[in-house]
Parts: sequence; structure tokens; C-alpha cells
Amino acid sequence: MSDTVIEAPEFAEGTASYLTDGTTLRSWLLTTDHKRIAILYFGTITIFFFGGGAAAALVRYNLIVPQGMIASAETYNRLFTLHGVVMVWFFLIPAVPATLGNFLVPLMLGARDLAFPKLNLLSWYLFVAAGLVVLYALLAGGVDTGWTFYTPLSSAYSKSHVVAAVTGVFIAGFSSIATGLNFIVTIHRLRAPGMTWYRMPVFLWSLYATSVLLVLATPVLAMTLLLLSFERIFHIGVFDPALGGDPLLFQHLFWFYSHPAVYIMILPGLGVISEIVPAFSSKRLFGYKFVVWCSIAIAVISFLVWGHHMFVAGTSLYSALVFSILSYVVAVPSAIKVFNWIGTMHKGFVRFDAPMLYAIGFIGLFTMGGLTGLFVAALAADVHLSQTYFVVAHFHYVMVGGMVSAYFAGLHFWWPKITGRMYPEMWGRAGAVIIFIGFNLTFFPQFFLGYLGMPRRYHAYPPEFQVLNVLSSAGATILAVGYLLPLAYLTWSLFYGERARANPWGATGLEWQTASPPLTENFVSTPTVTEPPYNYPPPEVVQRHV
Amino acid sequence: MNLWLPQATTSAAEVDYLILALLLTSCAILALVFGLILLYMIKYRAGSDFDRGAPDERTWRLEAAWTVATLLIFFGLFVWGADLYVRLFQPPSDALKIYVIGKQWMWKIEHQGGQREINALHLPVGRAIQLVMTSEDVIHDFSVPAFRIKHDVLPGRYETLWFEVNEPGTYHLFCTQLCGTGHAEMFGEIVAMPAPEYQNWLEQNGAAETLASAGETLFMRYGCSGCHGGNGAGGRQSGSTVRAPALAGLYGSPVPLTDGSIVTADDLYIRDCILSPERRRVASYPPLMPSFAGQISEEDLLKITAYIKSLTPEKLP
Amino acid sequence: MSEASQTHEFQYSNAHHQAETAISGMWLFLATEVLFFGALFLTWIYSRHWNQAGFDAGAQQTELAIGTINTVILVVSSFAYSAGVAFIETGNGRRLIQCCAAAWLLGVAFLILKFGIEWRDDFAKHLFPGTGFALHGPLSGGAQIFFVFYFLGTALHGLHMIGGLALVGWIILRASRGEFSPAFYTPVVVVGLYWSFVDMVWIVLYPMIYLVGRGP
Repeated sequence: MSDTVIEAPEFAEGTASYLTDGTTLRSWLLTTDHKRIAILYFGTITIFFFGGGAAAALVRYNLIVPQGMIASAETYNRLFTLHGVVMVWFFLIPAVPATLGNFLVPLMLGARDLAFPKLNLLSWYLFVAAGLVVLYALLAGGVDTGWTFYTPLSSAYSKSHVVAAVTGVFIAGFSSIATGLNFIVTIHRLRAPGMTWYRMPVFLWSLYATSVLLVLATPVLAMTLLLLSFERIFHIGVFDPALGGDPLLFQHLFWFYSHPAVYIMILPGLGVISEIVPAFSSKRLFGYKFVVWCSIAIAVISFLVWGHHMFVAGTSLYSALVFSILSYVVAVPSAIKVFNWIGTMHKGFVRFDAPMLYAIGFIGLFTMGGLTGLFVAALAADVHLSQTYFVVAHFHYVMVGGMVSAYFAGLHFWWPKITGRMYPEMWGRAGAVIIFIGFNLTFFPQFFLGYLGMPRRYHAYPPEFQVLNVLSSAGATILAVGYLLPLAYLTWSLFYGERARANPWGATGLEWQTASPPLTENFVSTPTVTEPPYNYPPPEVVQRHV
Repeated sequence: MNLWLPQATTSAAEVDYLILALLLTSCAILALVFGLILLYMIKYRAGSDFDRGAPDERTWRLEAAWTVATLLIFFGLFVWGADLYVRLFQPPSDALKIYVIGKQWMWKIEHQGGQREINALHLPVGRAIQLVMTSEDVIHDFSVPAFRIKHDVLPGRYETLWFEVNEPGTYHLFCTQLCGTGHAEMFGEIVAMPAPEYQNWLEQNGAAETLASAGETLFMRYGCSGCHGGNGAGGRQSGSTVRAPALAGLYGSPVPLTDGSIVTADDLYIRDCILSPERRRVASYPPLMPSFAGQISEEDLLKITAYIKSLTPEKLP
Repeated sequence: MSEASQTHEFQYSNAHHQAETAISGMWLFLATEVLFFGALFLTWIYSRHWNQAGFDAGAQQTELAIGTINTVILVVSSFAYSAGVAFIETGNGRRLIQCCAAAWLLGVAFLILKFGIEWRDDFAKHLFPGTGFALHGPLSGGAQIFFVFYFLGTALHGLHMIGGLALVGWIILRASRGEFSPAFYTPVVVVGLYWSFVDMVWIVLYPMIYLVGRGP
């Protein structure tokens, strides 16, 4: 065995890549190359991320004083609804699958493209169309129902542009379905020779589980939103209690989609972390099969826990008991994953490059998000904590502390592969640390606010909550700096960054076996897989190398 | 910065113990996770020449161990939370009923004696209180943090909530379900007072008539008595030509329905019979009852229900 | 032309690989569709459970005769298309075109009956829910909810039919150019799956609209 830890072919500088293969606008807008579509998605969701972030900033700004810095409740309600709709459907759900997933699924499988490249491009156009419809809803005056669109507020009482917003979400749903369908078929049908299911990286397993949720849960949301729109347009419908309809039926249908959607958002993040921790520990992933089957278990059980959003909504006592215990069950696989990542670091050779720092930040914040989930899964505690800032803090720990950190971790990890450039390492590390600190300062006070009873979605609040709100808003400024920093240095690196080698981290995985950035057809010749995943050399070899 | 929330009800302390248990469990797990990460970050950093030895291949025992451990801890928390929840929503039979109507954007309270309040609820300490709640428009949520309770208030349904306050004082009442523009203005206060003071308050705010007597007037005005007879004696008995069921003694008794099932006549059943009579129709009577949906307000419904209830003598425990 | 269509896209190892993948993609798409309509049917059944009398009163207003004729039309149309698939397997391109044309025309007949006649009558009878709804009295509310489902369900099915007709038309066009042969007819199979699915949605809609409410 040579002294090189992981061998990778080196490619001459200036090798033709997918980036240089056609430089016209047309060559980008009509591309069917999964890597270019990933870039299109990168651009789009970045716009949404900072748009939704700006709305969040205004929400935090408003809450600095008890009576609200923004004069009208109308504006405030529209701001947090916009924030929710944009962040959930236009950032969190597509974030990893449509960008990193689109880019990496064929590369990791040893395939040349996804199974249906044109469908892939269509999904991006649907996504953009959906975004434009939501933009229209915003410009026409916004929506004030919250991202959950509860009836009968949304169907009969709200005076805002519910139908336009719902239409945008409806179209975005089909974009998600197209992506999910493409991934499932690709993973089944386009694996390179020797790429058995148990040789697939966990990232692919996670995306597979995510895709199953996308394909099976999203259509239910689509139908629910159709029923809602029908009711709103014709002033008559199935959720209207005046006719004998049931407003709770909407909540059941909505959460039947939206709880799996929570896992649609987080599962890809769990996959990203499962790639990065072994790579920067130079060690096999601890308990690979456990981690894999945890992803599948999460996907299956997540369909059975929607009722835990309705413990105080007026459902039966017995259904609450069932949903509570299932909610605890679904938390177990996530806990197992955390232990497996720590097990991976055990006896490893841990390096603290920026992706690893983001990943460690993820593990910490995700664990806190998960643990506070135990509070709201405990029925009696949920009665007190639900619909308060405790819940807001809980899901931001999972979604922002967890998912956005995972997205950034993945973005930094694969940035050299995607762009062929290295970002400035010290800035990357600084970004990871600032985001971790800023995030905690923003959201940790909200746990206390929630326990003390401050309801969510309040534009003004009793004065005793002010101190904690000011703390939270102050933290948000640091968090904002943390998110703007990567935008700046990653953009800088596109032009001035050092050129990346094919495998700068010494990582396993087929994507590191091709050039950075990859060729248009991904590989010079179709690779053959002969090893298990994460086949990092045994410790004594690494020790000698270090 | 005050991180203390008053425990104003008998069950508030129990909820706090549960939350404390959850907090301690979380801190322990968090200390384990953060501790191990920090330890491994230092001990196994790439530069350290700590001897790693051969990699350990037998992982399944560890996996099984932490899977079982988490399952057991979680199951314990589930049982604790569920047990308390079941008790939180089982009202004692002698609870004092107070009626709550949510409306964009105010809380309307009706006491049995006919006293009415808006965005305020006066109640006695040391007595179990049951709120019977409904909404005129969208979904609201009746939440009192100091009592550790909340429940959604839905249009077209009666939802209930019970508690027993043991600390006199004034507490926040919030609406915690987004209900439109004025959501944040939909708050009020709960004033808990010792029983004698509460009696004083009731008398000072005494209404001309109780809920039930106001209901009797409405029972005539809406024409109910035309078929159901004066005093709800039933169609035949009062000489009416229409055969309609008697309402005296109805409340709390079993009612056979056309589909063969039997329901107990509670608030919701009476409400349903008035608004959508075809839904759960009583057996052996012709379907003549018209629907009053859209013609009768939530307040009037409460009053008529209170009247029908008053036709049933209080059962002694 | 037929040679060109037998090549495969660069991510597949051969034409057979591509064909199998396309078919599995369509199956997965149909899984999505099942969940889409499944949500409608579930909501429908749930709502009927709480308003049975009203739903049944509404259902009795529907046109059983047109519904039944339409069911026969769709089943025959599906059968015709499937026969076409069998013909192209043996290389009979002319019969494929005839079968597809029959399927297409029957589909159009369905749409005319459903939307040109039945819907027009429904509107004339003021069966569209809302103010001015035909039924009054205590059952009106439930009947209106039934008609919400009726109009939404048939409209969505109709949109799927229109999409299906476009696809069948596309198959006829390609078949008339002689693009299909026993060696290559994947698009015929893929569209066939979809066409049968649209048929099956109707097989569920038919009893839910016309039959359940007419029971004893």
C-alpha cells in the first residue's frame, strides 16, 4: 500500500468541464445536465433563502418592543406568513435534494445523468413558476394566514391573497414530485456496475427515503390545497362547519403531508452529515447498516405521527395517546444516528476543516432540537408549550440549526467539486462558528419565552416578555452576519479561489474520482465499484501518513 | 428578567415536574453528546499521536444498547406525559360550568347566572371550573399559561377545558391560534378570587335573568314550544298537533337514533339537533324539525341549551 | 426514423435499459396519482360519514344513465388501447393506429357526454353548490358538500382525460409515421398505463357518485 491515503486520478488543469461546455444563456436555460440544473437551483434557492431571511429579520425587528416596531398587525402577519411559506417550500424542501442531490446523485452512483433529464429541467421551471406566483401573491398584498393555512380562517375569513399563495405551493409541489420520482428511478436503475445497495453512500439512502416521502406525501397536500381553494373561490366547501363540514379535517390532511415534509427537510441533512463525519475522521461510518435503516424507518414512521400537531386541537384522547407514543418512536432513529456519528469520531483522525465544523455544529443543534421535541411529544407538557415560542424555538433548532447547517456543511464539502475552486478556509471556519453562536443567541431565549407562555404569531406582547425578545433579536443580527459571510466568501472564491484538486479532502465516494469540476458526462469511463462505502484505510496506515 | 411562571392551579405543579424531568433528561443526554464530541475532538484530533489500535468491528452490541436505552427513556416520558394529560382532560362531575365564545377578536364569557364579560373571566378559587367553549367564526385557542392549560376553540363544536385554581390573582388569557389580523389583541385576564368575593362579584354584576330563564324566553320566541310544548313537555301532551319529542328530562339521558345507535344528550347533541337535525335524528319521530343553522347566534344557542338543561332536575351524586 | 428512435440516451447502457426505466417511471408517477385521488376519496368518504342523508339526497340528483354509459365507454376505450398494444407487439402498426383512434374517439365521446350534456344539465338544475342551490331544507348542506366533491372529482378526472387524449393523439401521430415496431414501442406501453389509470379513477368515481347514494 502506498502512502497516499485515498488515491484519486489527477486531471490536467483546464480540462473541459460541464461549466465550460457551452457558455451561452441558452446553453444554461435549456440544459438537461443534472449538474447545471443543480446550479440553476442553487441560484434560485439562494434568492429565496435571503428573501425569506429578510422577512425573518423584519419579524425580529418588530418584536424589539412590546407594542411592535412595525405599526400594523396586517403587515406583521404577512411577514411571518411570507417567511414560513418561502422558507418551507422554496428553501428547506428543495435545499439539499434539488441542489446537492441533483448534482451528486448520478456522480455518487457512477451514472452519467439522472434517469429523466428533461423531467429534471421541467421541475426547475415548475419551481421558478411557483416562485413567480408566490411573488405575485406578495406584490398583490401578501397572505396573512400563516404557512399552515388553517381553515376556516384561510377559506372564509382572511382578506389576503390565499389562493395565489396556495397555487404557488401547489405548483412547487409538482416540482418536488418530479425531483423525487427522478431520484427513486435513478437509484433503482442507474447504479454503476458493482454499486450494490449496501455500497451506496448514506447520502443516497437519505435522498431515497426523502424521495419516497416527496412522491407519496406531496399529492395529498396538492389535493388538500385544491379543496381549500375551491372553498375559498366558491364560498362553499368541505371544511365549513356551517354546512356540516369539518375544519379539523383540513388539519389532518395538512399535517399528513406536512409532518413527513419535516423529514423531507431534515433527512437529506442527516445524509450530508453521514458523508462529512467519516471523511474528516478518516474512518468508516460507524454502524453503516443501522444508519441506513434508520433513514428508512424515519420515512415510514413519519407518515404515522401527524396527529401530534393536534394535541390541543380537539381530537380524541385516545388518538392523542397513539400519536404521542409514535412520536417518541420516530425520535429513536434520529437519536441512533447521533450516536453513530459520535462513534465514527471515536478512534478517528479528526480534522477541523470548515465542513466538519458546520457538521459538528449541526450535531449539537440538531440534538437540542430533537431533545426539545421530547417536551412537545409529552402530552401534558405539550398542552402548556404548544403554540408558544417554545415550539418556534424547537423547530428552528431542527430546521435552521440543523438543516441549514447541514446544507452549509454540504455546500462547503462539495464546493471544490462543484465549482473547481477552494474557498478561503479561515473564513469558512469563522462562518461556521459565527452561525453556531448567532443561532443559539437568537433561538435559545425563545425556549424561556415559550415556557413563560408567549404565544407565537403575536405582533405585540405583554411587556414582561421584552427582555428575552430583545436578546433574541440581538442574536439575530449576529446570525444574519453569519449567513451573509458565506455568501461573500463563496462568491469571492468563484473568481479568486485556488483551483481545487479532484479529491481535496481525501474522501471516498465516486464523486471524488472524477475531475473538479466534473466532465459533462461525469466520468471518462463508467466506474466499477469493488469496495464498501467509506473504505477509509485502517488507523495504522493513516497514522503513518499523518 | 423573570423566569418564574406562577403555578395557579392544582395541576400546574404537576406539569412543571414533568417539564423539569424532561429538562433534566435532556441536559443529561446533551452533556453526554457534547462531552463525547469535545473529548473525541481533542483526543482523536488528526495531529495527536494517541494510539488508536485496531478498529472495532463489532458494532451491533453498542447499537442495540443505545437503541434499547433511548426506547426505555422515551417510553417512560410518554407514560408520564400521557397519564397527566388524561387527568388534565377528565373533568370532575361537579365542576362549575362557564361558557366561552371566541369571536374575531374578543372572548365573550357567559356565567350561569346570566352575568356576561368580555375579555375577562372572574372565577372562584378552590372550585373545579369547566369551560364550555365555542367559536363564532375561525378557530381560536383559549390559553392560560399560569394554569398550564390550553385548548382550541372551534366553530360548530363545544370543546371543554377544566381546572381548579388555588391561588387568587390576575392571570393572562391568550388566544394562541392565529385567528386573523387582531390575533395579538385577543387577550384578556382571568381574575381568580376567594369564594365569598366571587359571590359578591356575581351579585354586583347580576343580570336580570339567568341563562336558563333567558333561554326560556328564546324557546318561545324561536317557536320551539310550538312543537315541543310549553316547558318542553312534548308534542302530544300539550295538545299540539305535531308529534315532537319531550325535552324535559332529556339532558344527560340516552337517546335512540334512527340508525340504531344510542347517544347521550349532551350540549353538543342538543346543539346539533337545533342546527342540523337530520344528522343524528331521534328514532320513532317524523323528520319535521327544521334546521336553525344561520338563524340563531351562539349566545342564544347556549341559553336555549341551558334552558333545556334546566328542565332536567339536578341528579344528586 | 425508426432507427433513430431505437438508440438510447447516454445515461443508459442500452435501449432495453431505457425502456424498462421509462415504464418504472410511469408506475411511480401513477403511485403519486393514486395518493392524489386517494386524498380526495378519503375526504369524500369521511365527509359522507358525517352527512350521510345529505350526501345521498345529493347523489340521487345525478344522472345515472349518463354515468353508466360513460363507464362502458371508458372501459371499452381502455380495452381498445390495450388491444393496440397487443397488435404492435406482433408488428401490426395499422391495427395499432385503428385501436388508438377508437380509444381516442371514445374518450372524446366521454368528455362530450360528461361535460357537454351532464354538467350542463347539472348547472341548469342548479346543482352547483352555493346560493340558489336546488335542494332546500335540512339536507341541503350535506347535498351541497356532495356536489363540491362531484364537481371537483369529475373536473380533475376530466383534466386527466384531456391530458390522456393528448398523449394518445401523440401515439397515433408517431405510429402513423411508422416509428413503432415490435423492437420499440415503449411510449405505447407508457401511455397505455396512464390511460388505464384514468379509466380506473373513473371506476372508483362511478359508484361514489351514482350508486352509493341510491342504495336502499
